[in-house]
Amino acid sequence: MAYTETVDAHDHHDHPPAGIWRWLSTTNHKDIGTLYLVFSGIMFFVGGAMAMVIRLELFKPGMQFVDPAFFNSMTTVHGLAMIFGAVMPAWVGLANWMIPLQVGAPDMALPRMNNFSFWLLPFAFTLLLIGFFVPGGAPAGGWTLYPPLVLQGGDSFPMAIFAIHLMGASSIMGAINVIVTIMNMRAPGITLLRMPLFVWTWLITAYLLILVMPVLAGSVTMLLTDHFFGTSFFSASGGGDPVMFQHIFWFFGHPEVYILILPAFGIVSEVIPTFSRKPLFGYEAMVYATASIAFLSFIVWAHHMFTVGMPLAGELFFMLSTMLIAIPTGVKVFNWTATMWRGSLSFEPPMLFALAFLFLFTIGGFSGLMLAIAPADFQYQDTYFVVAHFHYVLVPGAIFSIMAGVYYWLPKWTGHLYSMALGKWHFWLSAIFVNVLFFPQHFLGLAGMPRRIPDYATQFADWNMVSSLGGFGFGLSQLLFPILIWKCVRGGEKAPAQVWEGAHGLEWEVPSPAPYHTWQDPPSEAQIAHGAEH
Amino acid sequence: MSQSHSQADSGKYYIPHGTPWPIIGSVALFTTMFGMVAWLNEWFSPVMFFAGLALLAVMFIGWFRTVINESEAGTYNLAVDRSFRMGMVWFIISEVLFFSAFFGALFYARELSVPWIGGEGVKVFNHIFLWQNYDAGWPTNGPAKLGPRADGSFEVIPAFGVPALNTLILLTSGVTITIAHHALKAGNRNVLKIFLALTFLLGFLFVAFQANEYGEAYMHKGLQLSTGIYGSTFFMLTGFHGLHVTIGAIMLTIIWFRTLKGHFTPSRHFGFEAVAWYWHFVDVVWLGLFIFVYWV
Repeated sequence: MAYTETVDAHDHHDHPPAGIWRWLSTTNHKDIGTLYLVFSGIMFFVGGAMAMVIRLELFKPGMQFVDPAFFNSMTTVHGLAMIFGAVMPAWVGLANWMIPLQVGAPDMALPRMNNFSFWLLPFAFTLLLIGFFVPGGAPAGGWTLYPPLVLQGGDSFPMAIFAIHLMGASSIMGAINVIVTIMNMRAPGITLLRMPLFVWTWLITAYLLILVMPVLAGSVTMLLTDHFFGTSFFSASGGGDPVMFQHIFWFFGHPEVYILILPAFGIVSEVIPTFSRKPLFGYEAMVYATASIAFLSFIVWAHHMFTVGMPLAGELFFMLSTMLIAIPTGVKVFNWTATMWRGSLSFEPPMLFALAFLFLFTIGGFSGLMLAIAPADFQYQDTYFVVAHFHYVLVPGAIFSIMAGVYYWLPKWTGHLYSMALGKWHFWLSAIFVNVLFFPQHFLGLAGMPRRIPDYATQFADWNMVSSLGGFGFGLSQLLFPILIWKCVRGGEKAPAQVWEGAHGLEWEVPSPAPYHTWQDPPSEAQIAHGAEH
Repeated sequence: MSQSHSQADSGKYYIPHGTPWPIIGSVALFTTMFGMVAWLNEWFSPVMFFAGLALLAVMFIGWFRTVINESEAGTYNLAVDRSFRMGMVWFIISEVLFFSAFFGALFYARELSVPWIGGEGVKVFNHIFLWQNYDAGWPTNGPAKLGPRADGSFEVIPAFGVPALNTLILLTSGVTITIAHHALKAGNRNVLKIFLALTFLLGFLFVAFQANEYGEAYMHKGLQLSTGIYGSTFFMLTGFHGLHVTIGAIMLTIIWFRTLKGHFTPSRHFGFEAVAWYWHFVDVVWLGLFIFVYWV
């Protein structure tokens, strides 16, 4: 009953248990970060394999390899796997590894819940993916799950709903852990405005997650009850409205796209200063721009629904509020550019990926501005132009910056330097093929090719062929990434604590590889002063 | 809250090493959900669903027992306590947002979709071509008059009957738990035990009244989950709320048993406060329900 104030359970546990139980039971932020990143990599290749099927079928007009229902399952599950299985877990994995190191904390604040939020994910995706083997096949109504189409799904329909519930629970727990770690576990001296931008962008991302994942859970629960329990949320005959689902879904969905990209802004804001050997230009402006984007993300959702029917005032409001996002995003792009101005630049793989992010994400942002113009969107809606837009922000946007982050911190995790040559091959092949893959889709969309179809008119044949070739090239190039990582884990030149000469931050104050437990004693004033030069 | 913690207040931040409970919880949730899928799709009996729920209960008991034992052993310093508090606050905020999805559906239906179906304003063609005989209003089960009765009629539960009584019950329970909290802080254990017991008894009384109202609605009022958009929003909102009250009352009961065992001190009682916050949260949600679902 009496509370005593002297407990120290760490000192005798510097070695984790051996075998599978270590990974099932671990509460260590580095172990859990590794689990998240490995899971994300697996889902990246699972979702990528589905993309290959899509591009194979679309290589030429006519029906070649798969039937239309399976094709629709491919686009649907590719989207769900990439968003919830590849990108989001990669961010949580990086957060787990890096946030405690960067704020001088001994671990994440709630280590048991940390384990729970990871282990829910493999079960969630098992539930989703066994949908391929039940009557009716995997979900095929699109990742956005619009009723009434989704309600006509087969036996896999409730599996997708429950899988999303599990993913949502995982995300909420992960987000709570990030917020509590940042707010409560920072070492003395790490004030909010001395935190690295990766920590800042993740803090804001975590707020978004907590505010919108429960709304997604609510909306898919309504789908479930409409299908099985006779409710009428999305049925006009009972007084509901299918469009209502779209409103609730996109109230989640639009902040969700910033959940996918804000941590990318954080990574790029770490990498560009390091390889420019200059402090980040406009640190505080970056923080406020991130917060502004997060706020705006809550009042733009219906720009996904311009053609569905909305009062004119709604069209105008959502068009203008969407365009406002260009302002804080522009602040960021110009700040990254200004950081490089007169810097002493070098082009190691993290910097290459960050630079490609800067150019190609900006292209995705510009096509987003085009889509924001409601009258123009009436033309673009549901065409390949939309597909091109969101793949530009997600692949050379989110995925490239995940790769920048992995290439940046991999020597810190493994203790080995990786092959720069192989990394550069991976980069150049990825950067070239990603444009061959997605840039022609802009042309296809403007010419009127609809998305989510397995067959098309011959007028679209030329650019589809180019796009598919780019897709196969991009897919094959990604195989270099696990090869490089595997070689780096197995051996290589010893990495120093300070892997990159221009890098700042507390993560470079600990040895490479980072010991199993770090910052059990908070960092010293000198370490913080050395690390905190932005 | 924004200031980083000073580690001088106590020993180091407690980092547990290895835990079986999350993986058990993940297996339990998967079993529950796969069992539910099998049940809904009529693949096989719901036995797997209930097995999953049982395993989930084992997980909760085991996990909380571990944490309570650690807490009683004095393992947690003030920084750990603060982490728990922040975690609980953000959990409750996520719950608020879950309810807001259903409140959003209610407001959207009442203010937008139902008037539009009825032909309001520029939607006049809905009335001319689709639903000529539909007179939009609230409560409604839609132009198809969905529901159990052949004539499509149904009655609603009036606000100033049992729902008003339930409002009084929940508000009273908010007072009793506050009295219990003050007694805990003052070291007055007997008052604590009595008023905590009163709180969960009021909670279970609320659930009993609510269950009775559900029976009344289903049997005699033609008001069911399938009674159009009114039945959908009514039962989903009050149903999820009732579930939360039940969980909250169970939590209060557990906290009460812990007080009987001598747990909690006037200065350190996170478990008590977390449950109290949760209880106030279900209280506030109920006020929203009483006003927007039953009353106006």
